[in-house]
Amino acid sequence: MPSLGAIRSRARSRSRPLPRPTERSALPLRDLLAEALAGLLQRPGRSALTMLGTVLGIGAFVAILGLTATAGGQIDKRFSVLSATEVTVQDVGSAQNARSGTGIADPISFPPDADHRIETLNGVVSAGVYWPLPLRQPTVSAAPDLVSPGSASGSGLTLYAASPGALAAIDPVYSQGLGFNAFHAARKEHVAVLGSAAASRLGITRLDAEPAVFINGTPYTVVGIISDLRRVPELLLSVVIPDTTALSAYGQPTDQRASMLIETRLGAAQLIAGQAALALRPDAPNLFKITAPPDPTTLRDGVTGDFNALFLLLAGITLVIGAVGIANTTLVAVLERTGEIGLRRALGARPRHIAAQFLTESAALGTLGGLIGTSLGTAVVIGTALARQWTAVLAPWTVLPAPLIGTMVGLLAGLYPALRAAYVEPAEALRR
Amino acid sequence: MIAVSRELPAGPDTDADNDADQSAAPVIDFAAVGMTYPGPPPVVALRPTNLTIQRGDFVTVVGPSGSGKSTFLNVVGLLDRPTTGRYRLDGIDVGTLREADRTALRGRRIGFVFQAFHLLPHRSAVDNVTLAQIYNGAPRKARREASYAALAQVGLAHRADAVPAHLSGGERQRVAVARALVNRPSLLLCDEPTGNLDSATAASVLALIEDLHAAGLTILVITHDPAVAARGSRTVAIRDGVLTEHA
Repeated sequence: MPSLGAIRSRARSRSRPLPRPTERSALPLRDLLAEALAGLLQRPGRSALTMLGTVLGIGAFVAILGLTATAGGQIDKRFSVLSATEVTVQDVGSAQNARSGTGIADPISFPPDADHRIETLNGVVSAGVYWPLPLRQPTVSAAPDLVSPGSASGSGLTLYAASPGALAAIDPVYSQGLGFNAFHAARKEHVAVLGSAAASRLGITRLDAEPAVFINGTPYTVVGIISDLRRVPELLLSVVIPDTTALSAYGQPTDQRASMLIETRLGAAQLIAGQAALALRPDAPNLFKITAPPDPTTLRDGVTGDFNALFLLLAGITLVIGAVGIANTTLVAVLERTGEIGLRRALGARPRHIAAQFLTESAALGTLGGLIGTSLGTAVVIGTALARQWTAVLAPWTVLPAPLIGTMVGLLAGLYPALRAAYVEPAEALRR
Repeated sequence: MIAVSRELPAGPDTDADNDADQSAAPVIDFAAVGMTYPGPPPVVALRPTNLTIQRGDFVTVVGPSGSGKSTFLNVVGLLDRPTTGRYRLDGIDVGTLREADRTALRGRRIGFVFQAFHLLPHRSAVDNVTLAQIYNGAPRKARREASYAALAQVGLAHRADAVPAHLSGGERQRVAVARALVNRPSLLLCDEPTGNLDSATAASVLALIEDLHAAGLTILVITHDPAVAARGSRTVAIRDGVLTEHA
C-alpha cells in the first residue's frame, strides 16, 4: 500500500505537464440528447416494450390517486347534502335504571315541549320526537273487522308515533293529503299518515272517502300518504300517528326509546349537536345521546387511506418491475453496442460521455413511459368519472410529478449499465 | 494549415510550442517504447523499440497474428499506455498526459480505420462521418459540410444519404475512411483496412489510401497481408514483439 503522501505526489507529478496539447473532449447537451434519441429509435419496438413497465406503474399510480380522490369527493358530496344537516338525539334514559335491569322503563326523557325547545334554537329548520308504538303484535287493517273478506292485511307494517316537527324533519313528499300538524297533536286527534308502501299494503290509494286504518280495532283517519322522504326511510312502511295521541292511547315508549330528529341549516349541525341536550333538559342533559353528522373531511380521508395504501403498493411494485425492465434492456444494449462504444472512445469520447449517453437513454425511456402512463392514468380517471357522472378530481401534485418519477426510475435503472459502458476497454471493444 | 488555425484559441504559449512541434517534429517518435502485460506470467508483447515516422510517410506494419501487431496499434492509437519508453505524438510526450488529454488527442490527431468498419448501422453515411465531430468541439453548423467534403474526398458524395446496409463493403470502408479524415488528423491509423474486402474492392481502398498519401497525409497501415504491406513507402515487420524495418 503506497502512503497517502506518495499518492498525492504521484498525482502532482502526473498533473505537472500543464500546457494541454488540445482542448479536452466535450459532449454538448444537444448532441447528447440527439445521440440518446437516435439510440432509442434504433430499436423502437424494443424501446416501447421496455417502457411498458414504467407506463403501467406510473399509469396505475395516477389512476389510483385520481380515482380515490374522485370517489372520495363523491362520498364527500353525498354526505354534505343530507347528513350534514341532520342531528339525531337519542333518549338513553338514566344509566341508573338501565343498570338495575328492573324492566321498569324510564319515563320518556323528552319534555312535552321538546319540539318547541329545539326549534327555537338558531339554525334549526325543524325538529321532532318519534318512537315505535309500544304494542306487541298489533293488528293493523283498513277495515274494522279483521276477518271480513276483501280487507287487506296490514301485517308486517310498523307503527310510529311522531310529533308534527318530526314529520316535517323527514322532509316528506305527500302524494295524497298532508301530514298532521300541531292542531291535531294538541287535540290528540286520531289521525294517521301512511308511508306509500304501507298505503298500498293496506289498499288505500285515495283519500276522497276519508279512509281509516284500524290499530287493534281503533280507527285512525288517514290524512296523508307519503310518497317519498329523505330521512328515516323505514317510515315508508309505517303508519304514523301524532305523539300526543300515542302517549294517551298506548303510554310511554318501552323497548325502543324515543328519538328526536333535527333538521338544521347547512353548517349548523355541529353547533346544534352541542346545544340540543341542554336545551331539552337543562337539569339532566346526559339523558340524551347526540349523533352529529360525521366530519366529511375525516370521512374522506378514511376511505381514501384504505384504498391508497394497498393500490399504491401495487403501483410501486409495478414501477420496480419497470425499472428492472429498463435496467435489463439497457444492459443488453450496452453489451450489443460494445463495438459502438469502442468506436466512440476512439473518436475522442471520454468514459463520462459514454455513461451520460446510456444514462440519458434510460432516463428518456423512463420519462416517456412516465408521460404515457400519466396520460393513460388521467384518461382512466376522466373516463370513469364520465361513465358514472362524477366530477373527476385530479390533484396537481399527483399529475405533475408523475413523469418525473418515470425519469427517476429510468435514471436509477440506467446507473449500472451506464457504468458498465463507461468501463468498456476501447482496445478490447474495437477488436470485435 | 487548417489544423493550426483550429488550435489557436487554446492559449498563446502552448500553441506556439505545439505549432513548432507539429511542423518540425515527427508524427510518431518511439524512444525505447515497450509493452509488457503484467503476469503472472508477464507477457512481453512489444520489445523496447525505436521508431520514427515523419510527416507524409506511408508506413506499413506487417506481421502474423499474435506477433504484437494489436499491441503496437493500441500504443500508437493511444488506446493503451506503454510500460516503458517515451512516445511523442506530434512532438507531444503522451506518456505524461492524463487520460482525458490522451482521449482528446486521440480524437483529434488520429483517424482510425478498422477492419470491421464500425459504422453505426442505422445512420446514413454522412451521419456516420458527422459522429466523429461531436466530441471535439467542432461547431455544429460546420459539421455536415465537413462531412460532405470528407465523403467527396473518398469519392462517395453521391452515396451520402445511404445507410451502411445499402452500401457495398468497399463503400463502407470508404465511409470509415471519410470519418477518419473529417477531423484532419495528423495520422491515419488503419488496422487491416482490407481484411473484410474481396481483392477488387481491397485494391480500390488501397488506391484511395495511396491517393491520400500522395496528398500529403501521414499513414500507418497494420496488416498481415504482405501484398498490402508492399504498397507502403516504408515497411516494418513485426515478429514476436520485435520491430524490424526493411531497408
